Amino acid sequence: MSTVDYTQELSVIEGKPPLRELDDLISKPIDAKPTKKFFIALTISGSMLSLLLIGLGLTFYYGIGMWGNNIPVGWAFDITNFVFWVGIGHAGTLISAILFLLRQKWRTGIARFAEGMTIFAVMTAGLFPLIHVGRPWLAAYLFPYPNQHSIWVNFDSPLLWDVFAVSTYFIVSLIFWYVGLIPDFATLRERTNNKIKKITYSIFGLGWRFSNKHWQHYEMVYLILAGFATPLVLSVHTIVSFDFAVSIMPGWHATIFPPYFVAGAVFSGFAMVQNVLIIVRKIFNYEHIITLDTLEKMNKIMLLTGSMVGYAYAMEFFIAWYSGLPIERFTFINRAFGSYAWAYWVMISCNVISPQLFWSKKIRRTIPVMFVIAIFVNIGMWFERFVIIVSSLSRDFLPSSWHLYTPTYVDLMILIGSFGFFFTWLLLFTKALPVVSMAEVKATVTGSQPSHKDH
Amino acid sequence: MISGKILYSYTGIFDTPDQIIHATEKAVESGYTKYDVNTPYPLHGMDKAMKLKPSKLGYVALVFGLSGTLATLLTIWWMSAIDYPIVIGGKPLFSFPAYVPIVFEVTVLSAAIMTVVSMLFFFFKLPNNSHPLHGTEYMKKVSADKYGISIQADDPKFNESSVKKFLESVHATEIIPIYWDEEEVNHKNKILEPKFIMFLIVVAIITSGVTYFSFNKLMYMVPFNWMMDQPKLSAQQQSPIFADGFGMRQPVAGTIARGSMVYQFKGQPDLAGVKLVNPIPISKESLALGQVKFDIYCSPCHGYNADGVSRLRGQFPNPPSLHSDKVRNWSDGRIFAVITEGQNTMPSYSSQLSFDERWAVINYLRALQRALNAKESDVQ
Repeated sequence: MSTVDYTQELSVIEGKPPLRELDDLISKPIDAKPTKKFFIALTISGSMLSLLLIGLGLTFYYGIGMWGNNIPVGWAFDITNFVFWVGIGHAGTLISAILFLLRQKWRTGIARFAEGMTIFAVMTAGLFPLIHVGRPWLAAYLFPYPNQHSIWVNFDSPLLWDVFAVSTYFIVSLIFWYVGLIPDFATLRERTNNKIKKITYSIFGLGWRFSNKHWQHYEMVYLILAGFATPLVLSVHTIVSFDFAVSIMPGWHATIFPPYFVAGAVFSGFAMVQNVLIIVRKIFNYEHIITLDTLEKMNKIMLLTGSMVGYAYAMEFFIAWYSGLPIERFTFINRAFGSYAWAYWVMISCNVISPQLFWSKKIRRTIPVMFVIAIFVNIGMWFERFVIIVSSLSRDFLPSSWHLYTPTYVDLMILIGSFGFFFTWLLLFTKALPVVSMAEVKATVTGSQPSHKDH
Repeated sequence: MISGKILYSYTGIFDTPDQIIHATEKAVESGYTKYDVNTPYPLHGMDKAMKLKPSKLGYVALVFGLSGTLATLLTIWWMSAIDYPIVIGGKPLFSFPAYVPIVFEVTVLSAAIMTVVSMLFFFFKLPNNSHPLHGTEYMKKVSADKYGISIQADDPKFNESSVKKFLESVHATEIIPIYWDEEEVNHKNKILEPKFIMFLIVVAIITSGVTYFSFNKLMYMVPFNWMMDQPKLSAQQQSPIFADGFGMRQPVAGTIARGSMVYQFKGQPDLAGVKLVNPIPISKESLALGQVKFDIYCSPCHGYNADGVSRLRGQFPNPPSLHSDKVRNWSDGRIFAVITEGQNTMPSYSSQLSFDERWAVINYLRALQRALNAKESDVQ
């Protein structure tokens, strides 16, 4: 039996670094001139981003016919990418809100970064419904505003719920992120000697003065925001899953979709956060802030959510058989052995089998192995959405309308480009803002809180 | 003009969290009320030491959250059940379960925005970059790794020497006086500064220019074609697809389009009277249609009762009554010929009334005629 003293809280940060050293370390990437490595990374992500711009240009100029979408496969890469990217965002909110409510202190090192990833992932996701509507410059029609048609939007439609869910999610995540950044802006303001930086930080820091009268309200608001963000993040992917579950398409019309989608979202999101953090902690020397323990805990969450996703796959098959509906049974047999069987088995092996390796503590703590597994998880989760959308649509109720889907080069350009969009924002973020919350990390260093010995 | 240094507060710097908690407790004991504690991060137990009341921001969130819920529900109800009711999927006009997601999202959105806005702008009165504590050595320290207490000069118990003594007694490592910034105290914000007005003008020009350009020009440039560019042919357009170069096609030889039957008795009303047979049986529907069309097209001259009582007050020659024996004895086909081709000063109504509508008008006219010349058998 191990003898862990549960009455003592374990330190999140390794060692006991002086607080000023933490400030120096965290603000180093912002103060220092960008290195060659940074420019190489920016060039790669920028080239990917330009693929997106070319793909979007072709789409807008010639129309959506540039994509491989057809009837009945009207939703293909675009909606697959949308669901994938919204899902990536969910890990950030889970880390910043749910783990905050559960008093999981290990989140402090990774919360800021994960929240940033949430915002960029939702921005990337938001591109897809917009370009999917064909004429994105008319996207304002999605909102209920008094217009010359004197008609309102359809509040009974899951697609409209989606508009509200994703835009609320983006705004609340942004507010949450900004509220967390205010004290750090103030710290940066006091540190810098550069005049332009000082003005910029003063504007964004709003003149925060670390007053305890403010901290008291601030902590309250942070708790309230976490309390709101928690049901919000669960609702967002639930509503995304309603886009499918509320329809009557075989393979979509299932009550298991909301929990299954939320688990999948957290799964892929954690994989993405883990991948990026492994690189960040290496480049910026944050090994003692983003510790191996933290990474191990993230792997545990991936094991849990991966198993939940695996359970959902099995349960879908069972219900298809148990329902006795021939069309439902056909859909699932078609998924596993039909035209898109290869995608299905990529999904199963990446999502269900690969995270099971995390049962071994050694693998959970070996960085190269967990990095590769997380990449597999992301590939698998992208294919999960592809399988759900394309295999169901291409084999719907009427055999006469069956049609297979093949992506065009524009589809692939937009898919690769979406990664470029995401990573370009992420790279600029690492140079512009502190990627670790200074105030939060300082508050969790050993000895940074009063001992209350005299009480 | 205020000159000379004005004291804002005396501040003490401490190295450890335990010391600042102790100092704060002592400050409260000594009866100071206008003081503040500045720490780089929130300290556990500081609220208790400062004897602060619990934050009221929770109520702000509650109030704005609930008003968001209510406002959204009312708005959706008004939009989909009152202002533009459409039945969707056989659901009731106000289908509450379908509105739960949106109501929830807006609740969260309004509560989150309003809580943060009230905190920053009403509770804290931020942004405030001209506070005397800004730009001081004290702020530099408490923003990084030190803990400080600042006892303000406007505290009723404030006295320079006693405050200094107090800070020494709680072992402050450094004691720094903070003064109001002279420039800031004497600075008067002038709204009508030329620089500011220039700025406003530039902003106005840029905003209106960009708005005008994007809404009136940009939105009508390629690829924003508003679906005007469609791969289809309009009437009279040329087309290289067909040998004759016309976009329009002739109907197949010997056929006519539905509802475009040609009138075969042009100039031969009597022949029409013999050959044409009314294909529309008298029914409630046909009489109703006939009445509508009669009242629109025939009644201005012939009168509502077909008795020749015109509403045109002599601006057009009055036609004779249609209850004459001549007209009553005409066949339906003969009347059809008059409607189709006109007669004397009456013009043709073939462009206003379709074949079926003409027959319906005739049916209605027959009913009017019968009403004025009722036989005893009709009463039974």
